[in-house]
Amino acid sequence: MDLQIFALLVQDGVTNGAVYALLALALVLVFAVTRVIWIPSGEIVAYGTLTLAGLQAGKSPGTVGLLAGMAVVAGSFEVYACLSRGEAHRMPRQLALWAGVPLAIAAASWWLATFELPFWAQILVTLALVTALGPLLYRIAYQPIAEASVLVLLIVSVGVHFALTGLGLWFFGAEGSRTPPFSAASFELHGVTVSVQSLLVVATSLALITALYLFFGRTLTGKALRATALNRTGARLVGISPDLAGALTFTLAALLCAFSGVLIGPITTVYYDSGFLVSLKGFVGAIIGGLVSYPLAAAGALFVGLIEAFASFWASGFKEVIVFTLIVPVLLWRSLTTTHHEEDE
Amino acid sequence: MESDAAVTALLEVRGLHVAYGKVEAVHDISLTVAPGTIVTVIGPNGAGKTTLLSAVMGFLPVQGDVRYLGAPAGALSVEQRVARGLILVPERRELFAAMSVADNLELGAFQRIRRGDRGWRDTLAEVYQRFPRLKERRDQLAGTLSGGERQMLAMGRALMGKPTLLMLDEPSLGLAPLIVREIFRIIADLRSTGVAILLVEQNARAALQVADYGYVLETGELALEGPSSELAANPRVAATYLGRGVAAAGS
Repeated sequence: MDLQIFALLVQDGVTNGAVYALLALALVLVFAVTRVIWIPSGEIVAYGTLTLAGLQAGKSPGTVGLLAGMAVVAGSFEVYACLSRGEAHRMPRQLALWAGVPLAIAAASWWLATFELPFWAQILVTLALVTALGPLLYRIAYQPIAEASVLVLLIVSVGVHFALTGLGLWFFGAEGSRTPPFSAASFELHGVTVSVQSLLVVATSLALITALYLFFGRTLTGKALRATALNRTGARLVGISPDLAGALTFTLAALLCAFSGVLIGPITTVYYDSGFLVSLKGFVGAIIGGLVSYPLAAAGALFVGLIEAFASFWASGFKEVIVFTLIVPVLLWRSLTTTHHEEDE
Repeated sequence: MESDAAVTALLEVRGLHVAYGKVEAVHDISLTVAPGTIVTVIGPNGAGKTTLLSAVMGFLPVQGDVRYLGAPAGALSVEQRVARGLILVPERRELFAAMSVADNLELGAFQRIRRGDRGWRDTLAEVYQRFPRLKERRDQLAGTLSGGERQMLAMGRALMGKPTLLMLDEPSLGLAPLIVREIFRIIADLRSTGVAILLVEQNARAALQVADYGYVLETGELALEGPSSELAANPRVAATYLGRGVAAAGS
């Protein structure tokens, strides 16, 4: 292996790793606040790519129908909840929030898809459509059982994963899609070719991570989510509603996954069921961070990307095996070094 | 207090039952807190004091009637009760350990800030004035504070929400005597702000000194009630809870 190839592999690994890092952060965030192990994150990634590909092809993407359908379901959940709690006066507001807003996003996207939008506008429509799925998923699948054990939530996650894969086939079809790169340009740096596309992917991920850092450190909403993750009872005592925290968390997580989908589109061909493998790689990164540490999760995801790149060079047939075998020593190391202590304030 | 018809009750509990599964922890309790007063519930460990406060806060399903601000509160969520100024400082403090003292206090005003209430910064200044230790340590993580400082932070965080009725669960638990005195001085001091306080304590002597009215809770039932001075003078209370007389209660 010469320097040229080494540099290429590192570049590949870092690019993929940057995408996995977004996923790993989404997984840590969702677990910390809601205790849900969010297996269906991969489907959201795939929806991101497929939505953008649909818009590229000049069609109204399947996400529009999916979002509208979920809005109707979530809306009827809210109507039922308001009626059974005897809070009919809250119904208009809740309906507007849970059904009105997503339906408006779906309608606007459907209308916008009839125009020939510039690439950046297509990306914005994709992000809006896919992000809007997040809170609806929480409302429909997780909020009704928010107090259940981690295991029950995990089982529900598996169910949601299968449901979303099936819905993906229904709404997007079986063909795979690839989106064009953001930039085909490249330049030489000390005899190594650097593609602008890779730089853009890494820069986008870094910008998102910085934005998240500021959001959690500086804004009241961000602090409220952290507080919920740290101490659920304490959060309720200051009046932070777990439902609100959950919906917000899933919105953020869906945004991260939608970004991952947009960024991964030019790298690999994505099918309706490709998401699972991608999310597993993000999951390995998140596990390296013990599902609690954001910086470790991001670093772990970057490591996964690098391992994957080098594995595909030396033993491409065993690429996935090598990546997922990584989790065994990581789990061993974590179980040996982590001390379990009683929750003390 | 009970004869004062002009004062409508802030909190009115009638025939409250709370059960964990089949085990009833609180049995047919009725109590009243009038605006601006300090009411204490004393009793031994395991009498159901903490259960009572958790139930009033909305954490536990209850049977019976809980009225707050003159309206039935049974159907309200914890968050809705907080929004109406019913705030609990729990026995376990429940602070955000990995966040700074300042962030903990800011989150205490979470609902007010979201409502656009700009007064929260004034409240923060008041809390820092009341607890100078918190001001000194505002950038420190809550998890690194001493026991007394944690209790102060928990009370400060509760005050940030501008309570109408502040419920304190064993504020003196596990603290050094000097700190306990300081905490009770602060509780007595809070009277001037007009906030009503429902104080649950094992430290009966200090609690009866600071309170206007008291209830004695034993194995989930009310054993006695009356103005604090009368309760303190009651021979049974004196013997069991104040350590005067034959049997000294050690807890």
